[in-house]
Amino acid sequence: MTIAQRAAATTTTWIDDRIGAGKWLKKNLRKVFPDHWSFMLGEIALYSFILLLLTGVYLTLFFNPSMKEVVYNGSYAPLNGIKMTQAYDSTLRISFDVRGGLLVRQIHHWAALLFVSSVSVHMLRVFFTGAFRKPRELNWVIGVGLMTLAILEGFAGYSLPDDLLSGTGLRIAQGIVLAIPLVGSYVSTFLFGGEFPGTDFIPRLYSIHILLIPGILLGMLTAHLLLVWYQKHTQFPGPGRTNKNVVGFPLFPVYVAKAGGFFFIVSGVIVLISALFTINPIWMYGPYTPDQVTAGSQPDWYIGWLDGAVRVMPNWEIVLWGHNLSLNILVPALIVPGIMFTLLGLYPWIEARATGDRREHHLLDRPRNAPTRTALGAMGLSFYLLIWISGGNDLIAQAFSWSINAITWTIRVLLIVLPPIVFVITRRACLGLQRKDRDKLLHGRETGIIQRLPSGAYQEVHAPLTDDAKAKILSARESYYEPIEAGPAVDANGVAAPKKGRLARRLSKFYFEQRVTPPTDEEIAEGQHHAADDLATVRPAGQITSGH
Amino acid sequence: MSAGTPRRRRPAAAAALVTVGLVATGALYAAVGSMAAPATAATVVSPDLIKPGEQLYKEGCSSCHGLDLAGVPAESVGKGGARANGPSLLGVGAAAVDFQVSTGRMPVGAYGKQVVRGRSSYNDEEVAALAAYVASFAPGPAIPSEQDLDFKDANLAEGGELFRTNCAQCHNFAGQGGALSNGTYAPAISPKSPRHIWEAMLTGPQSMPVFADTTVNPDEKRAIIKYITAIKSSPNPGGAPLGRVGPVSEGLLMWTIGLGALIACTVWLGAKAR
Ligand code: HEC
Ligand code: HEC
Ligand code: HEM
Repeated sequence: MTIAQRAAATTTTWIDDRIGAGKWLKKNLRKVFPDHWSFMLGEIALYSFILLLLTGVYLTLFFNPSMKEVVYNGSYAPLNGIKMTQAYDSTLRISFDVRGGLLVRQIHHWAALLFVSSVSVHMLRVFFTGAFRKPRELNWVIGVGLMTLAILEGFAGYSLPDDLLSGTGLRIAQGIVLAIPLVGSYVSTFLFGGEFPGTDFIPRLYSIHILLIPGILLGMLTAHLLLVWYQKHTQFPGPGRTNKNVVGFPLFPVYVAKAGGFFFIVSGVIVLISALFTINPIWMYGPYTPDQVTAGSQPDWYIGWLDGAVRVMPNWEIVLWGHNLSLNILVPALIVPGIMFTLLGLYPWIEARATGDRREHHLLDRPRNAPTRTALGAMGLSFYLLIWISGGNDLIAQAFSWSINAITWTIRVLLIVLPPIVFVITRRACLGLQRKDRDKLLHGRETGIIQRLPSGAYQEVHAPLTDDAKAKILSARESYYEPIEAGPAVDANGVAAPKKGRLARRLSKFYFEQRVTPPTDEEIAEGQHHAADDLATVRPAGQITSGH
Repeated sequence: MSAGTPRRRRPAAAAALVTVGLVATGALYAAVGSMAAPATAATVVSPDLIKPGEQLYKEGCSSCHGLDLAGVPAESVGKGGARANGPSLLGVGAAAVDFQVSTGRMPVGAYGKQVVRGRSSYNDEEVAALAAYVASFAPGPAIPSEQDLDFKDANLAEGGELFRTNCAQCHNFAGQGGALSNGTYAPAISPKSPRHIWEAMLTGPQSMPVFADTTVNPDEKRAIIKYITAIKSSPNPGGAPLGRVGPVSEGLLMWTIGLGALIACTVWLGAKAR
């Protein structure tokens, strides 16, 4: 027994002696988790969330979510004597008069930025590796919910201090609410308790920010992690890894140590950044008043794409029966995000329609082996990135001395042209990589050794693949699909086939018409044999131990 | 209807009324206008400076602004230079000349989307001479005196409030500048020269509006200058300010350095396992 195993045994015995849960613990503490760096992205999100909860609690001790007007009289001289809400006043106090207040505020805000960015990257890894496939569709949907809530939570927090930027952001949010057809103005009046900004909204937002959304987040997060536990983590293909096993390390001690250590690393990086770099210097922005605005009014990055969508949208409005339909806001701020998130949530089912596959998948796809999915993801990402960039169009114009109008027009054109190009290029690249893999399987890997044949021609010597490489490449078989074929138009009894599957067939054709067929075992055996022979002519077989 | 009504309808009476109205308006306008252009205008226009100023003007400025200062119509500047035709300088005042010439904007070198700041091609005396010469044609805003710019007793917080209300929408909350439409921009404001800040407000160069003394009075101008000077040299209690341009640079930092460092850590931790 190693020290670690002994430690585990002692602990479980101790607990078993008291509450009789030792067996359960023993089993679960030894539960095996696969290892890959990209599986730690979710952990970054988890740890920044914990940090958000801790620092958030500290901030609630001093923050006063009231829109009552006071006159500032504190340590920041340039605002002395200025009228402001208690929300802003107390945030200034946290920044300048509460011990550690500014650092904690900065940790809270930097952690929020990290939280949403790590959630996004985590989501991308789940998407591009196909980890959302059966049986994990439910966890994917929970994930999309977490993502949405994370964004909303960030926006709510950003709006609380009632500085010039938060107020400007809220004003835009209210504009979006107003653009909802028919009920917009009623919803706005309801939310703000009357006219904007009123005196009710920040207290309401406060309850939402510190109670409602974190509560739901915490609940959904627990469900999310329990599902990961229960359904087991997926793994990348490799030697000895199948759809039925999990190859990795036990939770205790390896992962407990790793995860514990990683928590401190994440916290350390955030605290370091918070100590070195200013974030949201609300004292510079001044208190919110509706008649002020600053150049470069931007939201935090995770709202930037929405702001950017509004910025690129042409200024279209329709007047219907005396009512204004503000397409300029409605389309970019409600319709486009609505479509984006719906597609995101439904994606596992869309793809399942195309594959017609009902199997469980615990082995991940290498992105190249799912060319259409990877290309769709890259396409969506290019769209997102473009509107995100558009959110900073004024700063880009300033930094590069470009015309902001030219940037806006360029992005409009790119939004239509670029995503399809990205789709085509990515799919081709994936198929190309697959073909290369196939060649490797059939002819062995290139050794870089050039041989001169008796005939005088030159050829490169190929060597057999390592087991690891072979297992990886062979996983293409798991990811391989052919388009769903239509059955005979009329069945044996002369009954016409139902029209129902037509959509699925069309989808399937779109997904899998272009594909690379993985070679059969016989083809491989022959190819690898050649490679071995090849090598034997240069040196005694087995002398080459590694590739380049 | 009063008894006098029919008489007022007579054409002559109407003409007289219009004349009276116009004269009254003109007088009022002149009164307000002279309020906007402070009396100190006279003090700068020293006759000894006008003569050398005339010489400098003829050599360096007349090609674009005309020998009579009335400006040059677009056609006469010729091909390629069409956009560089200068406006009339009658009544722009010594302040405008001092601002434009000593910030290196005039004479225009390369004209892009807007005339940009640069190194001045004239020394202080020459600038004063040019200003005196231009101001000798028609009164206009004067170069501020030492007392005008003495912002020691100005109200800092009020300056901040005024800055956020009047300037931040173009120059950003910390005076770092911002983009305007079609490639034009509001430059970053330098705290080094309060005189130029004052003159910019008073003369409204290019797309910047004029903040005459009637809209932002001299005390308020001093307060704004005090605020700009204060924040430009204010410490950053939160650490490096990342350009003071708001959340965009913060997001960039998190995506590059923050997430970059952490992903590097995950790769490192992942590699340790093997
Ligand atoms: C190549 C042409 C050119 C030359 C030479 C030139 N200017 Fe100008 N000037 C312009 C143009 C164009 C503008 C309008 C753009 C602007 O407001 O900056 C202008 C504007 C000005 C203004 C601002 C007018 C206002 O309404 O506020 C002043 C003052 C001025 N010039 C002074 C001068 C002086 C003094 C010189 C000589 C040292 C000079 N300029 C030389 C082209 C020129
Ligand atoms: C509508 C936008 C706008 C507003 C509002 C505005 N400015 Fe400007 N400002 C500009 C532009 C554009 C320029 C550049 C003019 C030029 O280069 O000739 C400028 C130039 C300046 C400069 C000269 C900077 C330099 O590079 O020499 C100063 C100083 C300045 N502004 C101060 C102010 C102050 C103080 C206020 C508020 C009272 C203000 N501005 C309000 C647009 C604006
Ligand atoms: C609050 C934000 C989130 C946190 C804290 C979180 C945390 C985690 C953690 C720690 C894991 C296990 C390790 C890993 O695979 O990275 C995981 C797995 C998973 N997450 Fe998340 N996650 C969040 C949001 C999301 C989102 C937005 C999605 C997708 C829309 C998502 C989908 C999944 C799926 C499908 C798995 C299983 C992956 C597998 O078994 O390979 N999660 N999550």
